[in-house]
Amino acid sequence: MLSIQDLHVTYGGAVQAVRGVSMEIPDGEVVAVLGSNGAGKTTLLRAISGTLRLHRGRIDSGSIRFGTTDLAGRDPAQTVRMGLVQVPEGRRIFGRLTVEENLRAGGMASRDKAAKARAQDRVYDLFPVLRERSSQRGALLSGGEQQMLAIGRALMASPKLLLLDEPSLGLAPRIIGQIGQVIAEINRQGTSVLLVEQNATMALGVAHLAYVLDVGEVSLSGEARELARTDEVQRLYLGHDGDGDGTTRRRATSGRKLSRWTQ
Amino acid sequence: MTQFLSLLLNGISLGAMYALIALGFVIIFKASEVVSFTHGSLLLLGAYSIARLSEPLGFLLAAVVGIAITALAAFVIERVIINRLRGAAVISLAIVTIGVDIILLTELIRRIGSDILNVPHPWAGGSVRVGDVGISENRLIAIAVAAVLIGLFFAAFKYSNWGIAMRASAEDGETAALMGIKQGRVSALAWVVAGVLAAVAALFLVGSPTPGVSPSTYAVALRAFPAAILGGLDSTGGALVGGLLIGIAEAMAAGYQDQLLFLGRGFSAVVPFIVMIAVLMFRPSGLFGTKELTRV
Repeated sequence: MLSIQDLHVTYGGAVQAVRGVSMEIPDGEVVAVLGSNGAGKTTLLRAISGTLRLHRGRIDSGSIRFGTTDLAGRDPAQTVRMGLVQVPEGRRIFGRLTVEENLRAGGMASRDKAAKARAQDRVYDLFPVLRERSSQRGALLSGGEQQMLAIGRALMASPKLLLLDEPSLGLAPRIIGQIGQVIAEINRQGTSVLLVEQNATMALGVAHLAYVLDVGEVSLSGEARELARTDEVQRLYLGHDGDGDGTTRRRATSGRKLSRWTQ
Repeated sequence: MTQFLSLLLNGISLGAMYALIALGFVIIFKASEVVSFTHGSLLLLGAYSIARLSEPLGFLLAAVVGIAITALAAFVIERVIINRLRGAAVISLAIVTIGVDIILLTELIRRIGSDILNVPHPWAGGSVRVGDVGISENRLIAIAVAAVLIGLFFAAFKYSNWGIAMRASAEDGETAALMGIKQGRVSALAWVVAGVLAAVAALFLVGSPTPGVSPSTYAVALRAFPAAILGGLDSTGGALVGGLLIGIAEAMAAGYQDQLLFLGRGFSAVVPFIVMIAVLMFRPSGLFGTKELTRV
């Protein structure tokens, strides 16, 4: 469905953030992309959603194809209308808008009123708490509810492929588990998912395929279940120190820094 | 007391016009992140077009066409200049708008020359008495029209798709883009609305008791600028309150001029700026503006 070939991305003409990444996201599957801070995960999503330009980044070479169409040079609005919708890192809900207005903002790209009504019902069924709070301002929701709103807002555009950027960021373990279940349910309803995560336990639990990014390159890839068993993933992302060597243990903890809390 | 009420009513009318202009400032600021200094010349363009077209077209049609011309000019400024500079520093954009303003203003002043163009309002110079309080018909109609327009504006801002798209992209432009909201379209529409509001304000500002369209009409928009700022540059409600506050303060200062003689004649023209400075001293982000938050 989405196919990335030998993608190179630079910021400001100098900083290489993604170097020669190739990736396949098959129809109907959940694909996880793991990697520590600065691995190029968010850059990859920006390249797909067409928001690189807002960060003075550009695709130097390589291609991103969605079905048969080349995504190069599309603006974000066109990308959304094609069925690719990104949930940004840190949720980024519109805090001064009500929950319902947030959802309406998510459905803005489509003119099909019936489709939007169906999408809204689907969102409220997935997240009943959003229906209860539909007239509250987004800023008043808890962190987990905000993440649900961010996902629900993206679902309003009835995406074929949902791009999730670290949905577990800053959330309690129990809520992260719920997010994992929600992703599985969304996928079961027929939406493919590209899940970018630092929380490997949740990501590998829900994904079919997984890629590990390291400083802008794919270092490992394969079936999520098999990848979870490899020593490297165990050590770096799942927190089991295989051979107990001191340097890797230090990297295991420092590589999973929590980002600054942003509302 | 009668004088006070009369001044208050006139102040509200003047303030309603300022509020229309200030609302334009605010939505342009919210949608394009530009402090637009083009408003003075847009206002004058509206007034000039209506005055010049009145003779061939008649007042009503001239008003409609004049408002459309102003909206079109605002649209062209956004498309040709502002849209291409998206992402530039706020200060550079502000200076660009000053440049555009100077060019447009110079041309308009050349065309107007030393004349005072008359706009033949059907209500002419008549005045109405409400009890003991007198007000010109023009100013009274202005209040009614402004109330309707401001009401429509707030309803659209709250409930329409445009309003939601506008508020969403003002709050977080990148995320709004990710939702498929076209910022170019939101911004262009904001300029068009601002142009319409400015031209409607112009239509009434050049009527009785003001003699007509002259280059000094331009200064009116400058007085609406403090209205937008003291309300908080990013608050539509603030623009309304700020506009009324400035209008009333100015009308009072003009009406009680004799008691304020020690401040010199023409004091009312500087009152808007004094009110703005006084408010900003105590509330640096304006009455309703978003406070700048910094994390330590």
